[in-house]
Amino acid sequence: MEVIPVLIAWPALAAVLLALVRQPKARGIVVYAAAAGMMLLALALLGSWLSGGGQAMLLAPESVYTEYADLAMLVGEFVLMALIVALSIRHRKYPVILLSVGQTLLVAWSEISLPVEKTTHMRVDGLAMLLCLIAAFVGGFICIYAVGYMKAYHEHHTEYTDRSSFFFSMLFLFLAAMFGLVLSENLVWMYFFWEVTSVVSFLLIGYTRTEEAVNNSFRALWMNLLGGCGFAVAIVYMAATQGRVELTAVVSSGAAVPVALLAFAALTKSAQLPFSSWLLGAMVAPTPSSALLHSATMVKAGVYLLIRLSPALAGTAGGVMVSFIGGFTFLAASMMAIAQNDGKKVLAFSTISNLGLIVACAGIGEEETVWAAVLLMIFHSVAKSMLFQAVGAIENSLGTRDIEAMHGLLLRLPTLSYIMGIGIAGMYLAPFGMLISKWVALKSFVDAGNFLLVVFLAYGSATTMLYWTKWLSKLVSLHHTKEPVTDKTHRDQYLSMFVHAGATLCLCLLFPLVSARVVDPIVRTLFGSAHEVLSMNVLTTMVIMLVSVLFVPTLMFVLTRATHRDYVPIYMGGANVGDNTYFVNSYGEPEHLYLSNWYLRFEFGMRRLMRPAVIVSAGVIVVMLCMIIGGAV
Amino acid sequence: MQAIGVILYLVLAPVVGALLDGIDRKVSARMQGRQGPPLLQPFYDLGKLFTKQMLAVNSVQMLLNLSYLIFLAVAGSLLFAGEDLLMSLFMLSTADMFLVMGASSDSSPFSTLGAGREMIQIMAYEPMTLLLAVGFYLATGSFQAGDIVSQPVSAVVTMPGFLLGLLFIMNIKLRKSPFDLSTSHHAHQEIVKGLTTEMAGPTLAVMSIAEYYEMTMMLGLVGLFFVNSSPVSWPLAVLACLAAFFLETLWDNASARVKWRTVLDGCWVVTLLTGGLNGLILMLVR
Repeated sequence: MEVIPVLIAWPALAAVLLALVRQPKARGIVVYAAAAGMMLLALALLGSWLSGGGQAMLLAPESVYTEYADLAMLVGEFVLMALIVALSIRHRKYPVILLSVGQTLLVAWSEISLPVEKTTHMRVDGLAMLLCLIAAFVGGFICIYAVGYMKAYHEHHTEYTDRSSFFFSMLFLFLAAMFGLVLSENLVWMYFFWEVTSVVSFLLIGYTRTEEAVNNSFRALWMNLLGGCGFAVAIVYMAATQGRVELTAVVSSGAAVPVALLAFAALTKSAQLPFSSWLLGAMVAPTPSSALLHSATMVKAGVYLLIRLSPALAGTAGGVMVSFIGGFTFLAASMMAIAQNDGKKVLAFSTISNLGLIVACAGIGEEETVWAAVLLMIFHSVAKSMLFQAVGAIENSLGTRDIEAMHGLLLRLPTLSYIMGIGIAGMYLAPFGMLISKWVALKSFVDAGNFLLVVFLAYGSATTMLYWTKWLSKLVSLHHTKEPVTDKTHRDQYLSMFVHAGATLCLCLLFPLVSARVVDPIVRTLFGSAHEVLSMNVLTTMVIMLVSVLFVPTLMFVLTRATHRDYVPIYMGGANVGDNTYFVNSYGEPEHLYLSNWYLRFEFGMRRLMRPAVIVSAGVIVVMLCMIIGGAV
Repeated sequence: MQAIGVILYLVLAPVVGALLDGIDRKVSARMQGRQGPPLLQPFYDLGKLFTKQMLAVNSVQMLLNLSYLIFLAVAGSLLFAGEDLLMSLFMLSTADMFLVMGASSDSSPFSTLGAGREMIQIMAYEPMTLLLAVGFYLATGSFQAGDIVSQPVSAVVTMPGFLLGLLFIMNIKLRKSPFDLSTSHHAHQEIVKGLTTEMAGPTLAVMSIAEYYEMTMMLGLVGLFFVNSSPVSWPLAVLACLAAFFLETLWDNASARVKWRTVLDGCWVVTLLTGGLNGLILMLVR
């Protein structure tokens, strides 16, 4: 277990080193070495945890070292505060200062003047280990992807100053904070890492320093700081009333107020409505940061905290609030995704929507829903980070990430199209992981007697289907264009994307193993018991479906390839010029065929839906929080 | 028992579907004061389509259509084997995905338009299918079709709302007016047969057979409402299915095609009012 401080320190050291290395080649080597080291360290932690029996372990008892660490974090919090204050003054965003100073002083005051019971600071269990592995492997490969991506990005965007050193430094600093966050048991420690991730995300969103980027980064900052305020108040409340600041103490005491406040912090971090707009704005940042922070890991910190809290949320007013917000976000975000033609925006909405489903599951807090939540988290991390990377690579090659421009991409950039296809199929098609989780979630929502969530899920699945299918059908259109496209994707990018694609396929194929070996033990640790969520019968059905989905098209391909057929031109209304691309218009001139997707902007556009959705969700959160804090329930 | 159900479905579903299609054409013709084609016309059509030359606009169309067929067969088999209803319905929408991709792969204006409309239709009917499975779970305590049909009382007694909702969205699945947006029976209409514009000969035949599988499966869902543990309920369920099919034909002939917006709004609202309310009541009395 001595590996934990090394695991946190290693990426932090890499961050310092990368900030100093200016030479691209050397930087690439450092990134590869740092990522590889991080993965090895995470594996070492896994090994030592498994050899210790794979149980929940409490670590870092009160000692001189933890005293030093406490002190260092206090200093760190003030440094972060000073940084936010300085940047806020420079960009004239004064209200942010209040939020930052307020919570930092609150936590500092609590640490100095409120005595708390001295116990352990860190904890390793299945869930923390899972998040560590996701951060190390998904995160590590995204950093490797970024090596190639940032080169192409700055060739493509000459208008932005190249601050790649800073970018890589922040990615690794974030990973260090992420390890700290998931391994912390002490809320004050967790809060420190929580703040670091908020600030790193803020700095990465503002990477290009355009006006839009700066505004979006401050929006992300204030929303995350608002959640941080909730976190800080929860710490003070726990310290003042219970004299303990461990996460397990919060869960076991079941105290409604800190649970609700921590859940509120988690909702902001996971970009649930009404706080979704920061994640959408975050898409201005270069794609690796979107993949790493805004899809695979940082937003997962929010749902990680909710899953931790879920036993205390079950059946309480706080749980009702969380599950409503989650279910509502799932539906609303998937509806708004329909109207987007920017690939990254669709991915952002789909991230928010999927996180909503996880949040809803955690809010119900039954064994089955938490099982579904953990499984969704695993699948989503891998598949979504792959989709982000693929869109980033497509953008660098095509010069745009407009889905309309991806018409017939299968013929132009086949490898990237296949990667996108695997990712999209993994996100919604039967019988991949997301769908199994959806199946379990639907069943457990019914068992929990929450019909509203059932309705949200039923409608949300339908809207989810639409935005993925229309993207997929855009990719598979066999449309021959004359515009030449060269694949500018670097080897580093392909390495990462292939690993992700392989992992997605393996997760689907080895799903029963993942369920039995990874998810069940996590649920058992959280609830003390776990019965079989999936019966053998369902598993058999699943195997039938999996076999048919994977093998039917392949078999059909082999069968139909041999058949002789005569190719004819498509029917175009006007006479086909002969290449299926031009037709003769009413002036007798050749006209280029342009086929557009459906976006239903008037019905599902952000302009129409965002404001009502924010009002409803904000209203629910305010009312519920007032009720809980006021002691009405 | 399961194997018998699956084999019967796989062998008989296309025959039943084609026969029903024949009846539908005949009844429609009579409603319009015409003589109509012979009852076995769909079989003659299929036979003819298979003898035609294999024309294609691209190399993947046949493969995707065949996948559509197989997935529908799997979805229906799951239902008729008494397996998990929800899984079967998920499979049904996966099957539809292959049809949409098959039509989009042509990159032709009319089939792409049809594919887009088909997606809207899937979005319109899918909430009802999911709620339907939930409704059966609430009413009988199981998602397994096998458990649902062995209840002492038919499910329709406790879930009439769901039956209404299913009949409403079945119009989409049977490709009947007013909801036949993505394809129409006549090539001269505004979308030139939509989805199937670029399908010819054997490819179109495969698509037709798949549609017959789908038709039988939808009627199987209707039957699920009526079958209970007593053997008398089986012929009753068949009668109910025929009545439902007749109602769809009647509706088809009595209405003109509507815009996609009406389909979507109509289906979503009806789903909420029938399935949603019925489900809520079932959940409250549980």
